[in-house]
Amino acid sequence: MKKYLNLQDIRNDIDNGILNCVDLVNGYIANIKESDNLNIFLEVFEDSALRKAKEVDEKIKQGTAGKLAGMVISIKDNICYKGHKVTASSKILEGFESLYSSTVVDKILKEDGIIIGRTNCDEFAMGSSNENSFYGNVKNPLDEDLTPGGSSGGAASSVAANLCLLALGSDTGGSIRQPASFTGTIGLKPTYGMVSRHGLIAYASSFDQIGPIANSIEDINLILNVISGKDEYDSTLSKFSEYDYLELVNDVPRMKIAFLDCYLNHSGINPEVKAKTEEVIASLKSMGHKVEMVDFDLLDQLVPTYYVITTAEASSNLARYDGIHFGYRSKNAFDLESTYLKSRSEGFGPEVKRRIMLGTYVLSAGYYDAYFTKAQKVRRLVRKRTKEILKEYDFIISPTTPHPAFELGSQNQDPIKMYLEDIFTVQANLAGNPAISLPIGKTKAGLPFGIQLMADDFKEKSLLDFSHNLINNFALKKA
Amino acid sequence: MGVDKSTVDRIAHLAKLEFSDSEKEGILKDMNKMLDFVEQLNEVDTEGVEPLIYMVQEEGDLREDVVKLEISQEEALKNAPDKDTDFIKVPKVLKK
Repeated sequence: MKKYLNLQDIRNDIDNGILNCVDLVNGYIANIKESDNLNIFLEVFEDSALRKAKEVDEKIKQGTAGKLAGMVISIKDNICYKGHKVTASSKILEGFESLYSSTVVDKILKEDGIIIGRTNCDEFAMGSSNENSFYGNVKNPLDEDLTPGGSSGGAASSVAANLCLLALGSDTGGSIRQPASFTGTIGLKPTYGMVSRHGLIAYASSFDQIGPIANSIEDINLILNVISGKDEYDSTLSKFSEYDYLELVNDVPRMKIAFLDCYLNHSGINPEVKAKTEEVIASLKSMGHKVEMVDFDLLDQLVPTYYVITTAEASSNLARYDGIHFGYRSKNAFDLESTYLKSRSEGFGPEVKRRIMLGTYVLSAGYYDAYFTKAQKVRRLVRKRTKEILKEYDFIISPTTPHPAFELGSQNQDPIKMYLEDIFTVQANLAGNPAISLPIGKTKAGLPFGIQLMADDFKEKSLLDFSHNLINNFALKKA
Repeated sequence: MGVDKSTVDRIAHLAKLEFSDSEKEGILKDMNKMLDFVEQLNEVDTEGVEPLIYMVQEEGDLREDVVKLEISQEEALKNAPDKDTDFIKVPKVLKK
């Protein structure tokens, strides 16, 4: 089967009678089986995907097919799909079967998208290399010695390896954008309050957002149109959450774009990544956009603020895994207390336990104000400063990650080094605004890396129009 | 503010986790490292700043509170690790 880069190409081939959805799904399933050693999928939903494909083929014939007809989608293993297993890549949920579908899955199925399976990720979405999965790490399809990034490492890899057209991931501190950067794909974290979190296994509820990873801005635009919007099961959705747009605008107006000095001159930045970012800035200027350097003095506080608040929220969210109602129960338990202790201690992996411990500590009596409240105050300052910049500028441009994909096993000995992977991505989760990673960088050795654009809350439309334009420009230049 | 072994025990108790002695060493080291790392928060003056708690700054949009049966008893028991036909079973709570 040929590699499709966007839904329009698939629809054209369907309309021309040289493809149908059943063949398409079978083609992807064959690709998944061939690349089994990369450990990208935890499960392929072969039966339900083929059943849905048959249904969509019939609807296409009748002319009643929905907007996503022909789109084959993978879901990260923390997104619930009724009657299917979901584990958050944790032992504690091994064998768990979801009793209901997440809102995003319901919306996708209603528009005739086909869900092909669930992808590997870091346990409870905690990690930046996919090495924290109970079910083994994912290998980067571009180079098997490298990490695909995390936590949505399987999601990004499923798109990069041509195992589906689009993937849904979740982004708490960069978990969509960093793996997109490492695999040469596009990853969008929507504004907090844009996409329903109902049926997303919670990690840090004031940060988590579901978002897409794909090869084209057209598909990102379309899926956002389908999955965004009000939901009576999620009270944190905004009244601005409906994304009504279906078309992208080709000609974008002159924009004002900021770049943060401290990002570009960060000590950990790879010189090729820096040079490429400078090149993109220069070409934006030559295209007539106004690009200016802006001060941002909270860089050193971003990751610490993120870790205090997310671990606190995680320690609370993960209290539900008690070995009683569902999930793993230890065989060594002999009374109620030991059921909790042993089920949790045997069921959670080391990184999850590390974060629960820190989170419990910062919420405990005597430390609550010094750490948790303090971090929430700094978070307000981060948001205030971010909003100030985005009031004056349409976008903030930066690299997505300080460097391209790193080697498996090279960073997991030092948690803080791993946490600093998120240094350029956490700002958008702390402030809530949307951010996208665009695959326009490549090292001399041929490894991709992303350029990140951030926009103000609910400005996804101009963010996607501009991204579309930028990607096309760089594609033209290459050709 | 450094963490010692007794703090690790207390926090583990609160978090309903248990660690072997060698694991405790690792946790102690990691927690102290992370607490040193987050010390950087104190470099910021937050005098008079309100903590940011809710990310969506709009009035709550409330719906009618309607009773719905969304999950049956059979479904609720489906994922329980130990159960009979009606109940989730747990180990003995009270000692004889």
